[in-house]
Amino acid sequence: MSVPSLDSRSRYLRRLVIKMIEVGGRGHIGPALSLIEILRVLYDSVLRYRPSESEWPERDRFILSKGHGCLALYAVLADKGFLPLEELETYGKSTSRLGGHPERHKIPGIEASTGALGHGLPIGVGMAIAAKIRKQSQRIFVVTGDGEINEGSVWEAAMSASKHQLSNLTVLVDYNKLQSYGPTKEVLNLEPLVEKWQSFGFAVKEVDGHNVSELEQLFKKLPLNSQKPTAVICHTIKGKGLPFAEGQPEWHHKSRLSETQISEMYACLEE
Amino acid sequence: MRRTALNSVYELAQTDDRIVFIGSDLGPGVLAEMKQAMPERFFMEGVSEQHIVGMAAGLAMEGFIPYVNTIATFLTRRCYEQVALDLCLQDLPVRLIANGGGVVYAPLGPTHLAVEDISLFRSLPNMTILSPCDAQEMGHLMQQTVDWSHPIYIRLAKGGDKIVSRADSKPEIGKAELLREPGNGLFVTTGVMAQLALEAAEQLEKDGIGCGVLHLHTVKPLDGESLSQWLPQARHIITVEEHTLIGGLGSALLEFCSDHLPAQTSKIRRVGIPDHFADRYGSQTSLWMHWGITVETLYQQMHRAITG
Repeated sequence: MSVPSLDSRSRYLRRLVIKMIEVGGRGHIGPALSLIEILRVLYDSVLRYRPSESEWPERDRFILSKGHGCLALYAVLADKGFLPLEELETYGKSTSRLGGHPERHKIPGIEASTGALGHGLPIGVGMAIAAKIRKQSQRIFVVTGDGEINEGSVWEAAMSASKHQLSNLTVLVDYNKLQSYGPTKEVLNLEPLVEKWQSFGFAVKEVDGHNVSELEQLFKKLPLNSQKPTAVICHTIKGKGLPFAEGQPEWHHKSRLSETQISEMYACLEE
Repeated sequence: MRRTALNSVYELAQTDDRIVFIGSDLGPGVLAEMKQAMPERFFMEGVSEQHIVGMAAGLAMEGFIPYVNTIATFLTRRCYEQVALDLCLQDLPVRLIANGGGVVYAPLGPTHLAVEDISLFRSLPNMTILSPCDAQEMGHLMQQTVDWSHPIYIRLAKGGDKIVSRADSKPEIGKAELLREPGNGLFVTTGVMAQLALEAAEQLEKDGIGCGVLHLHTVKPLDGESLSQWLPQARHIITVEEHTLIGGLGSALLEFCSDHLPAQTSKIRRVGIPDHFADRYGSQTSLWMHWGITVETLYQQMHRAITG
């Protein structure tokens, strides 16, 4: 799969992530960098929302079920005006709203507190059912990690979503093929992943999760089936944008980074 | 009590369209009328407690008030993280109706005995724990669950339990009920233990020993005001619970007294379930007898404490 090089917006959002790592001293770098284009396209072109009215009832709901990818979400939310850009520099401080996992009620635009894995899809199913009961048009998007879907609760929720024909629900799997310990195919193989979601009653598509135009094209077609929930398998690269981190499990989470390492990261992501 | 709780859900749902019911894989016909009358608010989701609690959280985030019902052990042990994070951390108004609190399911063995549920949930911030003594009290409390803005755990007893709450009382969530004025002795109970304590108190009265019963249908939040009023009036206090002695009602009382009424602490003795899994089947009452949770034991312990 050919992956276009990152454009200036993708590099800019990554620099915001690195800024948080720089000030906070630690964070889940790899899982955030695989997410950037998925979030960017959702917030640039797909989701309905009002940054100044984060609880606008008609907004689409977005749940980052892989809460450890929150650096990417903080960057996008700040870029969109949900919170001041300069607030990103408080990341990791004891009184900051921005912690290592996102919390509802603390940060505008965060729909659910996540961090423990396997919670987002059940919550998303509840939200999607709520919209259905009230015949409301909002859509619910849930991003899961790949290691995350080892959790049984994900598949309990998948069966329920299918039973209720929740076409207003889309799950996006950030399939970077690496979980904390190592390759997903070695730790707990997810394949055949497309067939797995299909067999659970989802309409499924695969996409290059770093290709902005492909993501935009695909998201325009949602729902893929008017009687089914959708699963989009986003093929991504953990640590995308930092050549020395890409595909390296040890970049799942980093702390005690030196000034040199921070500079090297910025150097990869210049304007 | 169970029938009262579930019927209340349907009754409340008829006038409040925020109310939804979610079961796991309950017995056939549960809330059949509700299912027929309002199928869009009746959910039977299968054996998937982790999902069900998360789904309830999602509905609550959208303004609904979900009542979730299944067996107590599955609603506490199986999905503890979902209860802690989806419901309590985010402080959502989801109600967990737990069948078979305590050792109701004695014949089914330790997998089905909810003997540490109060302890588990008492340690969760924002959680409210209700353990009514009978169906009458359950009915009153269920009405108040609608507008309580936090998660609630509702511990059900076996059903067909003797009515011991006062017909004229109006129990309130968070407020203890004084079922009998204290004398030298005072039993402090939760759930159907009120029934045993009242009988023991009547026997003590025949011996000329005055003994009261303070019933805590709400174990959390603890009614500190009532405890501060009634505990100092008795010379000897025995807590009675169908629950492990670790972390339940007795522990809650001792913690409260240690913090706020230190002079009362030495008066308190506890009756409950010892720290091991049930090693026999039988019935709820036979397990109570096995562990010394009986009218006779309560009578003897209080008698001995008071008369020396």
